[in-house]
Amino acid sequence: MTETATTPPAEERERRTEVVLSVRDAVKHFPLTQGIVFQRTIGHVRAVDGVTFDLRRGETLGVVGESGCGKSTLSRVIMGLERATSGSVNLLGEELVGMSEKQLRRVRRHVQIIFQDPYASLDPRMTVGGIVGEPFRIHTEVAPRGDRLGRVQELLEVVGLNPEHINRYPHQFSGGQRQRIGIARALALQPQIIVCDEPVSALDVSVQAQVINLLERLQREFDLSYIFVAHDLSVVRHIANRIAVMYLGKIVEIGDETAVYDHPTHPYTQALLSAVPVPDPEVRGRREQIVLEGDVPSPANPPSGCRFRTRCFKAEDICAAEEPGLVRRGGPPQLSACHFAKELDVVHATH
Amino acid sequence: MSATGATEDRIDRVGVDGRRPRAAKTGLESLGFDDSAPLLEVEDLQVEFRTREGVAHAVNGATFSVAEGETLGILGESGCGKSVTAQAIMGILDSPPAFIAGGRVVLRGVDVLTLPEASRRLVRADRVAIVFQDALSSLNPVFTVGYQLGELFRRHRGYSRADARKEAVGLLDLVGIPAAAQRVTDFPHQFSGGMRQRVMIAMSLALDPDVLIADEPTTALDVTVQAQIMRLLADLQQERNMGLILITHDMGVVADVADKICVMYAGRIVERADVHSIYRDPRHPYTKALLQSIPRIDLKGQQLASIEGLPPTLTKLPGGCSFNPRCYLARDRCRHDEPPLYAIGGGRESACHFYEEVPEK
Repeated sequence: MTETATTPPAEERERRTEVVLSVRDAVKHFPLTQGIVFQRTIGHVRAVDGVTFDLRRGETLGVVGESGCGKSTLSRVIMGLERATSGSVNLLGEELVGMSEKQLRRVRRHVQIIFQDPYASLDPRMTVGGIVGEPFRIHTEVAPRGDRLGRVQELLEVVGLNPEHINRYPHQFSGGQRQRIGIARALALQPQIIVCDEPVSALDVSVQAQVINLLERLQREFDLSYIFVAHDLSVVRHIANRIAVMYLGKIVEIGDETAVYDHPTHPYTQALLSAVPVPDPEVRGRREQIVLEGDVPSPANPPSGCRFRTRCFKAEDICAAEEPGLVRRGGPPQLSACHFAKELDVVHATH
Repeated sequence: MSATGATEDRIDRVGVDGRRPRAAKTGLESLGFDDSAPLLEVEDLQVEFRTREGVAHAVNGATFSVAEGETLGILGESGCGKSVTAQAIMGILDSPPAFIAGGRVVLRGVDVLTLPEASRRLVRADRVAIVFQDALSSLNPVFTVGYQLGELFRRHRGYSRADARKEAVGLLDLVGIPAAAQRVTDFPHQFSGGMRQRVMIAMSLALDPDVLIADEPTTALDVTVQAQIMRLLADLQQERNMGLILITHDMGVVADVADKICVMYAGRIVERADVHSIYRDPRHPYTKALLQSIPRIDLKGQQLASIEGLPPTLTKLPGGCSFNPRCYLARDRCRHDEPPLYAIGGGRESACHFYEEVPEK
């Protein structure tokens, strides 16, 4: 990350602090309906329920949480694939919420996505050239017609594939190579932001490292901002600068990677981190583990007050009555949504 | 009571009063299991897949053993043969295309590979059981979990429906499902992912097997649930003194529970050691590279060391050592001469000609 010596430091700092995406109190509710002919709305699934954060240029925001916490819905809202129920999503100074479909299509160019499953996300009947070049057919202004073939070959080379394989089909590639095709497609429109939705979880460990290293290299090369959604907390720690921990549609803790991992303050973050197995048998049995009871409650009917209180080992009466805000609490610099936030290093803790 | 084929009918009828001791009621007794013999010994197991593209040696000479109360971790990437090994031990390979081409699987003194299918059915679940990765597709969606659990007791033990139901409730309770008596009439889709995996574990433990094989039991689960399930498995194993074979690609999970580890690559065991030595001092370049390529939560690393290239296609294995095209130690000998599993002292084994040089780089 220190290879930017050519840029003067002051200018560099300004660029680094430039906010490319600003999400304010974003809410996405899906209606629950009943009845076949006359559908009545009987409730809402609160998939994303008031999320606020900023994403700066060149930065990676890791979004972690269990399945069903709203990570994927959040990334779809940012992509403009789902319209937020309320709140604001501001992308490079343009408000996405309430934008017309036509305008949205134009703006979407700046945010691209890499999907989890490299087998399902590539059309088996298109050639690699067709897949990577398809974005140019929609956003014709990015590359003039005659230029496209060359651009596609360039992109393949950038992601470490042989440009001569442009006429091959996805089934002729392995999982890791397919994920590279997906990455090349995401890069085609020169986006500012790439949403990586579990980009390495379908890959084998030895190939996973190749793809992570590639993503890091591309970020430096093209000054990209990543939103890195994943359930593997070790991978997220490796790649992210900032971390947002989500639980039932809300961010419960957000801050710098070191602050969140080494000094987590929210009980959920602590439980999540302590549950990650460490590949070192020497710490076995000596690591403090917080094992949570039960399952995540239904997002259609979340608990009152703090949503985590039903599984929390610190819960008291106030947690049911009053919802804790996401604010800075005490020592560590990150924001935490817990009445009883207290720093506890669970990752290195042994006893 | 049952409207199934002749084999099952015979088994059902063996137990008349429903609660006779294990061997008498299942017909297992005649198979000659000796409870003083070693628990499980797999010797030179060979499994091949005969496909149109040629013969793929999915498992090529796997040898290992598991004792009572011991946990063996089999570690490897997809396609390395770890699941096929499990299926061969269970006797549930898809055949064709898979064939067992050689080797022995000796369970309590009996080579189960020589048993006819009817006898293997008696062994499964009773002596050796398996937990699969994907609980949702392993459970039958049109039967209640209580029925599916009870079926084991009705088939293998000749219990009545009511007795089988009682056992099912007890098992659900054992694996920590709240309100087991009510949940027993629920269908699989009414359970969450973690709860379904608990049901699978209950099912595998129903007949008190000697060996439990867990094939990626937590891969589909969230970390907090993974921690719950691994703890449950470890507790139950200790309580029952079972042998546990844990098959996984997750270096973190095995480090947490295994006593000894086999690392597999392209159908072969490439390194075998106790869990502490293998993490502290890997002696095969593949193991070492694997350990270096995983990000760790307790360390903020720099660039990850990735293993270049891809695992080989099993029908077109490279000559010599299968890992040689991706290996940093590879030289001429590795391309021609396939390394055996060298005993390298300290009860460890490594299938690398240059195992002495591995620690130095």
